[in-house]
Amino acid sequence: MNFKYDFVHHRKIFFMFSAIITIAGILCLFIFKLNLGLDFSSGTRVQITSDHRLNDIDIKNDFEKMGLKPESVVLSGAKDNIASVSFKGVLSKEEIAKVKEQYGDKNTNANTVDPMIGRELARNALFAVLIASIGIIIYVSIRFEWLMALASIIALLHDAFMIIAIFSILRLEVDLTFVAAVLTIVGYSINDTIVVFDRIRENMKLSKVKTSEQLAKVINDSILQTFTRSINTVLTVVIAALALLIFGSESIRNFSIALLIGLVFGAYSSICIASQVWFVWKSKQMKKQKLKPATNKA
Amino acid sequence: MKKKKGNIVTFFILLAAFAILIAFTTGPIVKGIKLGLDLQGGFEVLYQVKPAKEGQKIDKETLNSTVQALNNRINVLGVSEPNIQIEGKDRIRVQLAGVKDQNEARKILSTQANLTFRDVNDNVLLDGSDLKGGGAKVGYDQANRPIVTLKLKDANKFAQVTKKVKDMGPGKNLLVIWLDFEKGDSYKKEAAKKKPKFISAPRVDEVLNTKDVQITGDFTLKEAQNLADILNAGSLPVKLSEKYSTSVGAKFGQEALHDTLFASFIGVAVIYLFMLFYYRFPGFIAIITLTIYTWLILVLFYAMGAVLTLPGIAALVLGIGMAVDANIITYERIKDEMRSGKSVMSAFKAGNRRSFTTIFDANITTILAAAVLFAFGTSSVKGFALVLIISVLASFLTAVYGTRIFLGLWVKSRVLDKKPGYFGVKERDIREL
Repeated sequence: MNFKYDFVHHRKIFFMFSAIITIAGILCLFIFKLNLGLDFSSGTRVQITSDHRLNDIDIKNDFEKMGLKPESVVLSGAKDNIASVSFKGVLSKEEIAKVKEQYGDKNTNANTVDPMIGRELARNALFAVLIASIGIIIYVSIRFEWLMALASIIALLHDAFMIIAIFSILRLEVDLTFVAAVLTIVGYSINDTIVVFDRIRENMKLSKVKTSEQLAKVINDSILQTFTRSINTVLTVVIAALALLIFGSESIRNFSIALLIGLVFGAYSSICIASQVWFVWKSKQMKKQKLKPATNKA
Repeated sequence: MKKKKGNIVTFFILLAAFAILIAFTTGPIVKGIKLGLDLQGGFEVLYQVKPAKEGQKIDKETLNSTVQALNNRINVLGVSEPNIQIEGKDRIRVQLAGVKDQNEARKILSTQANLTFRDVNDNVLLDGSDLKGGGAKVGYDQANRPIVTLKLKDANKFAQVTKKVKDMGPGKNLLVIWLDFEKGDSYKKEAAKKKPKFISAPRVDEVLNTKDVQITGDFTLKEAQNLADILNAGSLPVKLSEKYSTSVGAKFGQEALHDTLFASFIGVAVIYLFMLFYYRFPGFIAIITLTIYTWLILVLFYAMGAVLTLPGIAALVLGIGMAVDANIITYERIKDEMRSGKSVMSAFKAGNRRSFTTIFDANITTILAAAVLFAFGTSSVKGFALVLIISVLASFLTAVYGTRIFLGLWVKSRVLDKKPGYFGVKERDIREL
């Protein structure tokens, strides 16, 4: 690499940048919450049975004329004569009456949908990620050191939270595929961070680091040495995610957006956050050890 | 140094072998991979299993026999390869692809199929245990209306029952036939209704000493057939209550599949071009190993009978991106070593060796995370974790060993010696040793 950039020195800018998005995200989550899809919020499903072929666009228009906004219209039945229309929120009695008037009482069946399963899945995913984090901490502590383990978990949670925050800020809808996207990023982020830490570990062995200036140099060198790899890797996965976003089906659009956000922040955090967090902790640890030389020698 | 052309011949033989293998197996494998509901359309229900009788315990055995009974019933629906899974302690998830009439499917799945014969005071006279297994058939009565005929185990018992009913006197001598009699149901309540819950209530005027019983309900042919089939498939040992259901239209699924596959091709093509452009000759090797990786993933999916869903395809494309990472790490290392002045041969060896621990640690950490997700996650989290583990393992195998073998043959042939440009390394960047 021909260019030089002091990644460690500018850490406060990076921390600030992440802090601003985090705070904005937390505020947004508190005020507006997430834009939950039918998988996570209660809704109503209206089933319409007809003796002739139905058309989803017509049905959508019919409902919009009634002042209702269907989330989705799915046709089924032998001749596409059954339509399942989903709504967010529970429809009022008057609204259901309007629908029944339109399609006939006998042909209309309205049910409230319980989001319990989606909620449970999300809760379960969160729980699993937390346990996985403990596993990662143990493994990285053994193969690297525990400060790196903690720093890589910070980066991982950072990336996952960034997706959630940006989805809240942009008011994008959260459905079950969102959970899969966040999990993908968790896997990607840890992979990305470990590669940088691996280089730091290698360079630490080669040079005797005593001051925080030397530590900063090792970290900067390591980031620069892995820089081409970091950029090229994120570029290829971003290409894949972009292709899914542009050419993929509508139903995975939000999934691709979540991936894209996560990938960009994953690369950013492994270059600009993880090592810097580790630097702050490591230099503190080094100072402490200097104050107590006796324990250091033992 | 003498050039060893034999290595290049080996390379092309290997390449041809893989090309033939991939060309001939990919088609059937792709066709054999099970598609999720979101891709081919269908219907999914999650049932909560509740005891059918008071005091009944829901344990593994009851769950397994329920799954068995459901499986028999799905055959009635004519759905191929249903996916029935036990989840947690008391839940069963049923996924049916390509179901046309969802209401009918719902009905067939969740009726307990507990046939009972009762008197007008709702006392049980005969139940499912008195029926001969597999004896239900569809027939026609004199008016050519469809009926269901049953075979009983014991003609004597039926004689006793009919005698008892006959003796109850006019107006009360009815044998009420119920399917899934529930607490709170009664003949008196239903008899007044236009569409009663019981199937029928024939009058018994004489003692019938026979094994053959006819049920004349107000059936359509299809209803009669379904009832006979359900009775033959066996009753459910438990009560199923629907917790959640979702449906996907088949047309929607096909479009989604088509679009996502197209997007995946574009994504992979651009990644290939990027690798070729940036890493030159090793990039070409990467295309070979990545193609083998993709094929290997499909083979593993097929072999494990895993179900491919829309996020699954997306995860696979992303997996290719992650597999590229292992290649990039290796090639960057090789380039570093070449820039430091090493020969192609020793740069290749050192680059492979030094990139190995990096890739190993990074991949093991990801696998570890995925393994925990698999162990603690449910349904789609579990499925996702499985895809992740498979792709990381496959990418490790193909990227690390594939590169060693394929690129190794060229390096050993010595044709690449003193040609750093083939690796995308500029002559002026190379430091003299």
